[in-house]
Amino acid sequence: MNELTSLINLWSNNTAVSSLVWLVLLITLLYLGRAQAHQLIFSSFRMLHTSLRLWARSINQLTNRLKQRNKEVLLAAGQVELQTKIEREFNRISTIVQRDLSQYPAIHREIKTAIETVENDYQNCAESAPLPPAWGDVVATITALPSNGDPTVNKILENIKQSINDAQQQSMNAYQKSGSERHKILAKMQPDWRKLDDKMDLVKGKVDSLEERGQIIDQQMEEYLSIRSGEDKAANILATSSLTQFFIAGLVLAIAALGGLINFQLIAMPMSEMVGGTSYIGSVKTSDIAAMVIILIEIAMGLFLLESLRITHLFPLIGSMDDKMRRRMMVISFSILFILAGIEASLAYMRDLLALDNEALQQALMSANGSEAAGSSAEFRWIPSVGQMIMGFILPFALAFIAIPLESFIHSLRTVLGLLATAILRALHLVLRSSASLVTQASKVIISLYDLIIMVPLSIENTIKKSAEKNTSKSIIKEEAKSGELL
Amino acid sequence: MKNIMKANIKAIKKNLLSTLTVTALLTCTALLSGCDEQKPANKSVYLLLDTSGTYTKELDKAQTIMNYLLATLDSGDSIAIARIDSGSFNEKDIIAKTTFDSRPSTTNNQKRVFKQQVDTFVTNLEKGSFKTDITGGLIQAADFVNETEAGEKYVLIFSDLEEELQKGHVRDFPIDVQGISVVALNVTKLRSDNIDPREFKNRLNHWQERVEDGGGNWRVLNDLERLDRMFVQN
Repeated sequence: MNELTSLINLWSNNTAVSSLVWLVLLITLLYLGRAQAHQLIFSSFRMLHTSLRLWARSINQLTNRLKQRNKEVLLAAGQVELQTKIEREFNRISTIVQRDLSQYPAIHREIKTAIETVENDYQNCAESAPLPPAWGDVVATITALPSNGDPTVNKILENIKQSINDAQQQSMNAYQKSGSERHKILAKMQPDWRKLDDKMDLVKGKVDSLEERGQIIDQQMEEYLSIRSGEDKAANILATSSLTQFFIAGLVLAIAALGGLINFQLIAMPMSEMVGGTSYIGSVKTSDIAAMVIILIEIAMGLFLLESLRITHLFPLIGSMDDKMRRRMMVISFSILFILAGIEASLAYMRDLLALDNEALQQALMSANGSEAAGSSAEFRWIPSVGQMIMGFILPFALAFIAIPLESFIHSLRTVLGLLATAILRALHLVLRSSASLVTQASKVIISLYDLIIMVPLSIENTIKKSAEKNTSKSIIKEEAKSGELL
Repeated sequence: MKNIMKANIKAIKKNLLSTLTVTALLTCTALLSGCDEQKPANKSVYLLLDTSGTYTKELDKAQTIMNYLLATLDSGDSIAIARIDSGSFNEKDIIAKTTFDSRPSTTNNQKRVFKQQVDTFVTNLEKGSFKTDITGGLIQAADFVNETEAGEKYVLIFSDLEEELQKGHVRDFPIDVQGISVVALNVTKLRSDNIDPREFKNRLNHWQERVEDGGGNWRVLNDLERLDRMFVQN
């Protein structure tokens, strides 16, 4: 401290005077080294600015590459998914064709038979009624002749007229009979028409169904082509779908985790009856670990079961097994799951028994006479027992279905992580760019501050420069004027 | 060929990612369920009952303490009850002792039997002992709790702490109660304490000094409503 004071008072015993001398010296030094100092500040900050911009550019490139990679992954996943969907639609069409249209020849035959029947009936309807005999007109003409009063002739004519009338009546009767028969035939045609109509409706339904499937395939093919061409719109739709999947699957997994926790509570206590309640692995009770292992095995068996049923596709090895082996795996995993569910049910029952025993003991320890009181609601004791057993049996199967949301979660996790990484890199890029800009501005501010410190000599310099310029301009004008006079 | 290789690598990657994720999730679940648990140390408790003179009237309180102990202790813990009489350094003075089985159902049965034994003792006790050998009982208790190799060792003395030794019995030597918590319960005041309360204080200080000199931890718990404070981590 004393050294500092003596240094300050180097020029004079008066601190103010000495400080002033120091200030003048400092300003003089700063003024003299102004150009170099400016250069130094500018170069340093420029270097920092360049480095930051370089980092920002690298981060930007990385972001773009990651974005591109994310898009590729997303499109590839979407492509595979759509391929599966289209394949499934084609399978459905194949099923429809095999199931429905394979019967088409039979339906066609039925329609043909119905048409033939209708045609025959129509032809039958078209048959004309029997006409009156051809000589009828002749006899009618004779009958119309005027009678000459001869009774014999009259009688003959009357007989002829009578015969004609009888013949006409017979013809009419035959015609009416024929008409009635035609009506009957027409009436018989009605079911054939209906049958024909039904068959045509059936065929229409099947063709319509195929058409609908065809439209769905067209739509999916459009999406597929859009993905194939790598359109941003398709990638955005897939990303949104993936995010939705992620949150839904996450929610279901959280629910499943709670179910697992309940399951654990149900079997942890009775497990100590099987493996003992005093041994520990690390800081965790062995019985708790055993209970957890049972739950984890149940989940694993559920994964294998759903995998062998080809509902999930987490393990391609299982999916690619031949059907016989897959069925065996299905049976084995289901059997283990069933046995474990049975064990859990029995453990849940044991838990109830233990709880009951503990309760009785606590009552005995608390009561004055030490007698164990019988449960007041003993008749309803079976309800929680059965409830716990059912829960113990059902929960493993419920947990087995965790494989479905788990698969969605894993698949969508890639996209979500990619988006998250992109967002972080973008933020970093922004920070680096802002920092680079800030550094440039800071260099300007520091240079201005430097000039502010040495403003007195700078002002003097400016004044001298201005007066020098003024003198120079005056002399130039004088010289010009002189030269003008000479000319 | 190149495409097949690529497809294979892709399949392996996919398989590996799925397997790793599933394993990680399952392991995390397993770890999360047990990471916040501390391994509890097993306890060993030895209850000394003063059966001298008028203190036998206090034995119903001792039964309450025993019931509390039985309700609190769990599988793997040990418990013993012994009486303090004229010469307490004797196995015959142990009323009941047991180490609870690892199976909860067996533990419950052991507790029932233990309670039965103590109840029978209290019922059949007709008259108290003439002398009070607390030191002998404490030495025997220390031996018992040390043998159990428990993580937490307790000796509970249910007495007025007024020691009266038979002629010829030597007890004026340091006692080894290293790592043992000695808890004095229901230390009643004697008639003489009412005349000079310093005697009561001196008695307590004397025992505290002996226990702490022997490496033990001394506590007094007179309010039996606060039995939950009995087991405190040292």
